[in-house]
Amino acid sequence: MNWEIALPELVLTCCGMAVLIIGVLMKKQSSAMICSMLVLGAFLVTAILVLAAAQNSGYNGLFTLDPLAVFVKILILAAASLVVILSLEYNEHRGFARFEFPVLILLSVVGMMVMASATNMMTTYLGVELSSLPIYVLAAFARDDVRSSEAGLKYFVLGALASGLLLYGMSLVYGFSGSLDFGSLRTAFTGEASAPIGSVVGVVFIVAGLAFKVSAAPFHMWTPDVYEGAPTPVTSLMATAPKVAALAVFLRILTSPFGHLMLQWQQLIVLLSIVSMVWGALAAIGQWNIKRLMAYSSIGHMGYALIGLATGTEAGVRGVLVYLASYIFTAAGTFACIVAMRRKGRAVEKISDLKGLGRNDPMLALMLAFFMFSMAGVPPFSGFIGKVYIFLAAVQSGMWALAVIGVVTSVVSAFYYLWVLKQVYFDPAEGEFDPRPPSVSFVAGLGGLITLAFFLFAAPVVNAADAAAKALFG
Amino acid sequence: MMSELGFPLLSLLTFLPLAGGLVIILLRGDEAQVASAARWTALWTSLIVFALSLILWVKFDQTSSGFQFVEYIPWLTQYDTGYRMGVDGISVLFVLLSTALTPICVLASWEAIKTRVREYMLAFLVLETMMVGMFCALDFIVFYMFFEGVLLPMFLIIGIWGGPRRVYATIKFFLFTLLGSVLMLLALLAVWHYAGTTDITKLLRTNFPVAMQTWLFLAFLASFAVKVPMWPVHTWLPDAHVEAPTAGSVILAGVLLKMGAYGFLRFSIPMLPEASQAFAPFMFALGVIAVIYTSYVALAQEDMKKLIAYSSVAHMGVVMIGMFTFNVQGTEGALFQMLSHGVVSGALFLCVGVVYDRIHSRDIARYGGLAERMPAYATLFMLFTLASVGLPGTSGFVGEFLVIVGAMQVNFWVSILGALGMILGAAYMLYLYRRVIFGKLTKPDLKSILDLSPRELATFVPLAVLTLWMGVYPASFTHFFDASVNAMVSNHTAALANHSTYAQATEIGTLH
Repeated sequence: MNWEIALPELVLTCCGMAVLIIGVLMKKQSSAMICSMLVLGAFLVTAILVLAAAQNSGYNGLFTLDPLAVFVKILILAAASLVVILSLEYNEHRGFARFEFPVLILLSVVGMMVMASATNMMTTYLGVELSSLPIYVLAAFARDDVRSSEAGLKYFVLGALASGLLLYGMSLVYGFSGSLDFGSLRTAFTGEASAPIGSVVGVVFIVAGLAFKVSAAPFHMWTPDVYEGAPTPVTSLMATAPKVAALAVFLRILTSPFGHLMLQWQQLIVLLSIVSMVWGALAAIGQWNIKRLMAYSSIGHMGYALIGLATGTEAGVRGVLVYLASYIFTAAGTFACIVAMRRKGRAVEKISDLKGLGRNDPMLALMLAFFMFSMAGVPPFSGFIGKVYIFLAAVQSGMWALAVIGVVTSVVSAFYYLWVLKQVYFDPAEGEFDPRPPSVSFVAGLGGLITLAFFLFAAPVVNAADAAAKALFG
Repeated sequence: MMSELGFPLLSLLTFLPLAGGLVIILLRGDEAQVASAARWTALWTSLIVFALSLILWVKFDQTSSGFQFVEYIPWLTQYDTGYRMGVDGISVLFVLLSTALTPICVLASWEAIKTRVREYMLAFLVLETMMVGMFCALDFIVFYMFFEGVLLPMFLIIGIWGGPRRVYATIKFFLFTLLGSVLMLLALLAVWHYAGTTDITKLLRTNFPVAMQTWLFLAFLASFAVKVPMWPVHTWLPDAHVEAPTAGSVILAGVLLKMGAYGFLRFSIPMLPEASQAFAPFMFALGVIAVIYTSYVALAQEDMKKLIAYSSVAHMGVVMIGMFTFNVQGTEGALFQMLSHGVVSGALFLCVGVVYDRIHSRDIARYGGLAERMPAYATLFMLFTLASVGLPGTSGFVGEFLVIVGAMQVNFWVSILGALGMILGAAYMLYLYRRVIFGKLTKPDLKSILDLSPRELATFVPLAVLTLWMGVYPASFTHFFDASVNAMVSNHTAALANHSTYAQATEIGTLH
């Protein structure tokens, strides 16, 4: 029954358990470091297994390993690894260097990988929950910090609401079509003149629940507060890996079981996309906290990614995947820069605290410039390549309104990215930041390198994304 | 694929400055040492690039209208997008203009830039890469990447080393240009989708449906009009020029403004012949408004740089008129005017920079009677002023004259109103010159002002020689683009003829 297709997840889960035991048995001082290293090793092994495993589906149609799943899983593992690296020094500094931290990330990653492979509503839901629960805990990991506790609680309550919506939608679909399996749902919705209204309502609920997870406006309310309150590496995680996983679910669920209901869900996605792009661009302008700024920025970015989904075509899926591949490294690098914002041992988060970074730390400033330009979609950085494929999909489908709104909002959002750079380069220097730890330099440097040189190896990424999109439409 | 030379000359020209930039990044030592080393590295890099670019001057086949020195490296082969480079008669001289102006800019910033010299020189080398790459790109995506890439170093150059209102100016510059560019990006994607390739040589042979052409033209217009800049989207230019450091203004006026006009010549006109023809009256109108309106605005300026910035808008208006005549004289005039303006306005900004470095003011009223203390400066300033006015014997005359001749064949009034620009140009330029150079030397701090230093002279002499050479023997430049322009004009006529016969044929078809 092809049990090997889930081998990466199985191995990763076992590793998680093993690391948990090792962490318990070890002395407290060094356990966090060693467990983080072990988790990184587990991620690496899993990535190799993902690439090596035979692609097939199994478990009675509950689970599949197709090019889409492989692509997404690699992105998730990469993003999560960067978060683990980033947390090494950060947790030490904040005084909560505990071995549970990497293990929670690992468990969440297992959930995301299940989401990427799920071909049944039940598996999807389990994946969503498994990926979310550890992040609720992680958001509140700085338990003596009021804002972190608030973030955890807020994320939990709203996340639970989203899960409820998702589950309710699934149950409606199940009730009206009698199946949870993606394949049989697809057959159930073929040919008929119109799908039962209950299923359509169910689809709407599912879309709403997933929109919560990707923080697309108007389901974005939790994002700024949670981003601000959570420990920065956790924010970095929330901005990257779960979004990739949730978008993978979005792509799979809307194109495969509900592929024939496209007329019904397309308007919804178009609306989500436009509202996210516009709100992400406008609301960010007034922010003074850089983590809140990044929250709005990520809302905007999800708006762009949803353009690809809204087209509902192979090119659209390809665009979303290329966009995500370009986005996660830029976002991870940006959060590394935010971790480096620290004066006399205290983290500072105001955008104006970046004043004079160009003078005090030219390399970090250069990296931040790469990230900001990339997010604004300026060539030659990775964000540009991502946007090209997203907008190409929109143009190919003739969705001109979406494309024009997309490019115009990207210019509006360019303003606040430039505003960050204005602080970095144009304003007179203020106090220097503390020397940046090697982990930050590594993540920022790697992110910067990938952001800058993405266009050099764009061809293999685009080809892989293309293969994934083709497989999805099979 | 290598070019006929056996080595990828254009890539070398494009990316050698980046290599120099890498050296500058790696410099170590105390601040003064790094600054001095950065200056020398930038100067030598840009000089070597210029020397290499002279190979283009020598080896370029002036009889051919095709692309030469072509290079190709596969990139996104699935979508027929690749790294394609090549120059034809239209672009080759702009490559030379860019490589020639960069060392002059480095020299002009030698003492004016005292802070963060390393970053400054790095920005200029990156800028050179982007400029040269843009003029050499033969793939639309690659072109777009360079076209937009120019914004990055320029944003930093104005923002870091600019004047008091630099933040406003640079963000305005960036956002204006970006808004135009992203609309062009959509057009690019539509072209890509329609033609299935981004190879410019193939796109130039693609026939786009007329309805699509209109939209494409408008999208291209959004981008190129901002870059040119055309009235009424020129408002970023005076701000950017005033706040930019001298060398930044030189590059802005010398090369960046040409990118928009180059875009029209490379894409809009040959790719979209019917739409270009349809929009020509509109473009003439904008061109004429630019010439007359901005000339009057220039006349009222109190700031030297702002005055020259507005004169640039007026001169580019003439270029726009020339391009949309679609005949050989008009197009060649436009090209020549672009080159001449690149040299002359660059030199004029350098002239302003000279006195700004000494007195730290750009107010015209702050000066007067400089001829007494600075004879060499006054002479050179006079030369460039007259070239800007379009005196016969200088480069400015040839371009404007050709444009007026070309426009005369198309529309008498456009030609006359365009020529009015020359008269108004004489008014504001000579008025500027009189107030700065002539009169009594009364201001106390001007009494000890020094004439040009050898370094400054070294920046001016090549530009002065070029100005006179282009004015006295323009053929050595026009020969470069004769073949390409002839081919372009005849293609345009053929495309329109095809279109009308096609339209007639379909009409007859529907009648039957």
